[in-house]
Amino acid sequence: MPLSAAAEEAKRVMTFCNACRYCEGFCAVFPAMELRRAFSGQDLNYLANLCHNCRDCYYACQYAPPHEFELNIPKTMAEVRLETYRKFCWPNGFKGLFKRNVLTLVLATLVCIAVILGALLMFQGKEVVFSSHIGSAAFYKIIPYQALVAVPATIAVFVLLVLAKEFATFWRRTGGSLTSFLNLRAHGIAITDVLLLKYLEGGGQGCNYPDEQFSMARRWLHHLVFYGFALCFGATALAAFYEHFLHLTSPFPVFSLPVILGTIGGIALLPGTAGLLYLKTKLDKAPATGKSATMDIGFLILLFMVSLTGLLLLIFRETPAMGTLLAVHLGLVAVFFLTAPYGKFVHGIFRYAALVKNAAEQMQAKS
Amino acid sequence: MKSNHNQNQDAEKVFDVLVIGGGNAALCAAMTARETGASVMLLEGAPRHFRGGNSRHTRNLRYAHDKGNDHLTGPYLEDEFWNDLIQVTEGKTDEQLARHTIRKSKDIGVWMEQYGCRFQPSMRGTLHLDRTNAFFLGGGKALMNAYYSRAEKMGVNIFYEYDVYDLEIKDGRFVSASVKTPHIDKCIHARSVVIASGGFQADIAWLKQYWGGAADNFIVRGTPYDKGRMLKVLLDKGAEPVGDPKQCHAVAVDARSPRFDGGIVTRLDCVPFGITVNKFAKRFYDEGENFWPKRYAIWGRLVARQEDQIAYSIIDSKSIELFMPSVFPPIEAESIQELAEKLSLSPSVLKKTVADFNASVQEGSFDAGVLDDCRTADLDPPKSHWAKPIDRPPFYGYPLRPGITFTYLGVRVNDRSHIMLQSGNPAANMFAAGEIMSGNILGKGYMAGFGMTIGTVFGRIAGKEAADHAIERSS
Repeated sequence: MPLSAAAEEAKRVMTFCNACRYCEGFCAVFPAMELRRAFSGQDLNYLANLCHNCRDCYYACQYAPPHEFELNIPKTMAEVRLETYRKFCWPNGFKGLFKRNVLTLVLATLVCIAVILGALLMFQGKEVVFSSHIGSAAFYKIIPYQALVAVPATIAVFVLLVLAKEFATFWRRTGGSLTSFLNLRAHGIAITDVLLLKYLEGGGQGCNYPDEQFSMARRWLHHLVFYGFALCFGATALAAFYEHFLHLTSPFPVFSLPVILGTIGGIALLPGTAGLLYLKTKLDKAPATGKSATMDIGFLILLFMVSLTGLLLLIFRETPAMGTLLAVHLGLVAVFFLTAPYGKFVHGIFRYAALVKNAAEQMQAKS
Repeated sequence: MKSNHNQNQDAEKVFDVLVIGGGNAALCAAMTARETGASVMLLEGAPRHFRGGNSRHTRNLRYAHDKGNDHLTGPYLEDEFWNDLIQVTEGKTDEQLARHTIRKSKDIGVWMEQYGCRFQPSMRGTLHLDRTNAFFLGGGKALMNAYYSRAEKMGVNIFYEYDVYDLEIKDGRFVSASVKTPHIDKCIHARSVVIASGGFQADIAWLKQYWGGAADNFIVRGTPYDKGRMLKVLLDKGAEPVGDPKQCHAVAVDARSPRFDGGIVTRLDCVPFGITVNKFAKRFYDEGENFWPKRYAIWGRLVARQEDQIAYSIIDSKSIELFMPSVFPPIEAESIQELAEKLSLSPSVLKKTVADFNASVQEGSFDAGVLDDCRTADLDPPKSHWAKPIDRPPFYGYPLRPGITFTYLGVRVNDRSHIMLQSGNPAANMFAAGEIMSGNILGKGYMAGFGMTIGTVFGRIAGKEAADHAIERSS
C-alpha cells in the first residue's frame, strides 16, 4: 500500500533524524528509530504513536523551519497519529466521526440528554422528575434500577469490545503478533511508563509545551486528568460492587468510599481538563497540527462537563434539581463512553500499544 | 524575548562590555561578564531562528577530567588530552595557550551545567567519544537555547540581526562598533569588546583567495553568517594574524548536501568500509588507516586536493549496514560497470581499480570495532584495515565533497584572551574568543568537540577580563 502524504513526510523526517540522532536522549522515539535503517508504513504508525508530543525535539532541531530541511517532528507525527486513529477505527465506516468530532460530540450530547430526559418525562412524569427525593434508592425513584444497570452495562460491553478491536488492529498493523502481545515484562514496563507519564518529562526538564520554555505543567495536568478519571471510574465500579454484592443501595453517604473516590476524582478532573485547555490557548502552534485541535478541545470540554455535572449532582442531590442533573450527567457519561472509540480517548489505547511494542523491542535489542 | 524595537532605547546606552557574535564563545563571554557585574550587550548577526553560529550544529565538547561521571565513562587527564592535540595538529599549536586551554577545561562541565546546559549519557552513533567528550542533551541548538534563555534572565541585552561591519580602533583601543540593524545604522560604544564572531568560511570569495576555483566546490557545513567580517577588520586595523589561511576543519561530506548549513546529516561514515576513488576512478589514500572518528577530519582536505574536488566512496552489499544511515540514498548498481556509468566514471578504469584492490586483499578476520588484520598487500596506496573484496552486488556509491566547518586564520591572543597587536602589545580593551582565535591552538587537523572547548574556555576568560577592565575604567 502506498504511504499517505503524512507518512511520506514522516519517512523523510525520520531519515534525517536517523542521520543526526542529536535528540536520542529526549524520548523513546529516537532510540526506536535507531533500531531501523528504513521506515515502512508500519514503522511510522508505531513511531507516531510512540511520540508523546513533548515537542522538545522541535525546539532543539537545527533543521526546524525556516531551515530548508523543514523538519517538524511533532507536527508530522501528530498527523500520522491522527491517520492511524481513523484507519484502525471499527467499524471503519465510523472513521468520519474523527473528522467531524465536535459535531459528533455536540449532537450526541444533545441526543443522549434529550432521550434520557424525554424517557423520564414520558414514563415517570413531571412530578417525579422535578421533585426532591431523599434517602435510600432516591436515584431509582427517577430512573428505575433495571434501566440504570442495563443501559450502562450494554454501553460498557460495546465500548470495551470496540476498543479491544481497535487495539488489536493497531497491534497487527504495526507488525505485532499474539506471541509478542503476551510479553508480560513489556506490559510491566509500558504500564510504568503510562503511570509515570515518563515521556512527558522529555529529557528530564519536561515538555516544550505550550512554548519553548521547558515545563512540567502539561505532565502534572495530564496526571490530574488520568488519575481523576481513574478514580471516577473506580468509584463507579465500586458502587456497582456495593449494589450487587453488598446489597447496599445508592445514593451512598458522603463519607462512603465510592463517593469519596468519585469526589476526589471529579475535583482532580476539573483543574486537569481546564488547565490543559488553558495551555492550548497559549500554544505555540508551529510544532502543532491544526487537524486535531477541535478533537482535543472537544474531548477536554466533555470530560470537564462530565466531572462538573457529577459534582453538581452530589451537591444538589437532595433538591428538586436532582432529576434533571442526573439525566444530564448520565447523558454526558453515555456520550463520553459511546464516542470514546472515535475520538481523543483512542490516544491512550494506541500509545499504550506502542509503549508495549517499544519495551519489547528494546529488551530484544539489548539482549 | 524583547523585540528589537523595544531594545532600541537600550542600544543608545554605553555598555561596559559589547559582545560581537552569538555562538557558544559569545554567550559564555556575555554571561561571565554579566556575572562579574558588567552591563553587557550582545549582537547576533543572524535572525533569532538561526542564532548560535556554528554552535547550533555541534553536539559535544571535550574537557579534561580526573574521573568519569554520569555522562563520561572514564578519566581523561590533561596529559592524554595534550598528546591527542599534538597528534592531530602534528605539533602545530601554541603550547602555552594549548596547555592553558586544557587546564582551564577541567571545570567547564560543572560550569556549563550551572548555566543551563544538560548533558546526556552517550548512546549510539557517538563516534566512540563517550570517555572524552560530554554530549549535550538535544545537541548544540538546545545548548544555545539554554544559554540564550539564561543570558536574558541575567540581564544581557541581546539583539538579533545586528550586523557589525566596522570597528573604530584608536591607538590600539576599541572605541565603537558600526552596526547595520533591521532599522537604521548605529554606532555603538562600549568600554571593552569581546569579538566572538567566528571564522570566514562562509565567504566563498575570501576562500578563493587561497583555494582558487576549488572553493566553488566546497560545502559549508555550518552557519552561512560566518563571513569573517570582524576578522578582516581586525587584521586590517593592526591585529596580529595567526594561522595558515588554508587550514580549516574540513571533513568529507555527501556531495548532494546543500551549499550552507547542512550540519551533521551531511556526514558519511562509509569510507573505511570500501574504497574511495577520484573522478579518474583511481584510489588516492588509505581508507582504513585508522578509526573513522580519528580520520574523518583529514578527508575534507584529501578530497579538496582531487580534481574537481569530488570523490566517490564505493562499497558492496556486505558493508551497507556497517555505518550510520545517510540522508541521501546511495547510488545503487548491480555491477561495477553500471555503477561507474551512474557515477560518470570510466567503467574500465573503475573495474581495474576494484579488481586490483580485490586481488590484493589478504585473508583476515573482519572486525569493525578494532584495528583488524584485513589489509591489502602490494597495493599503492594500501588499505591498512577493514579491507574486504568488493564483490557482492548490489554495489553502492556515495559522492563526496570537502565540507568545511571553520577556518583557522585568526587573530593572535594571549592567555588572558587579549587580542595581540602587530606592535607586539596586547590591546587593552579588545578580547577574542572562539573560532576567530582557535587558530592559535589548532594549527592544523581537528579533534571532535575541541572547537567548543576553546570557545567555552576563552569565552569565559574574555568575558571576565573584559568586565574587569570595563568596571575598573568606569569606577
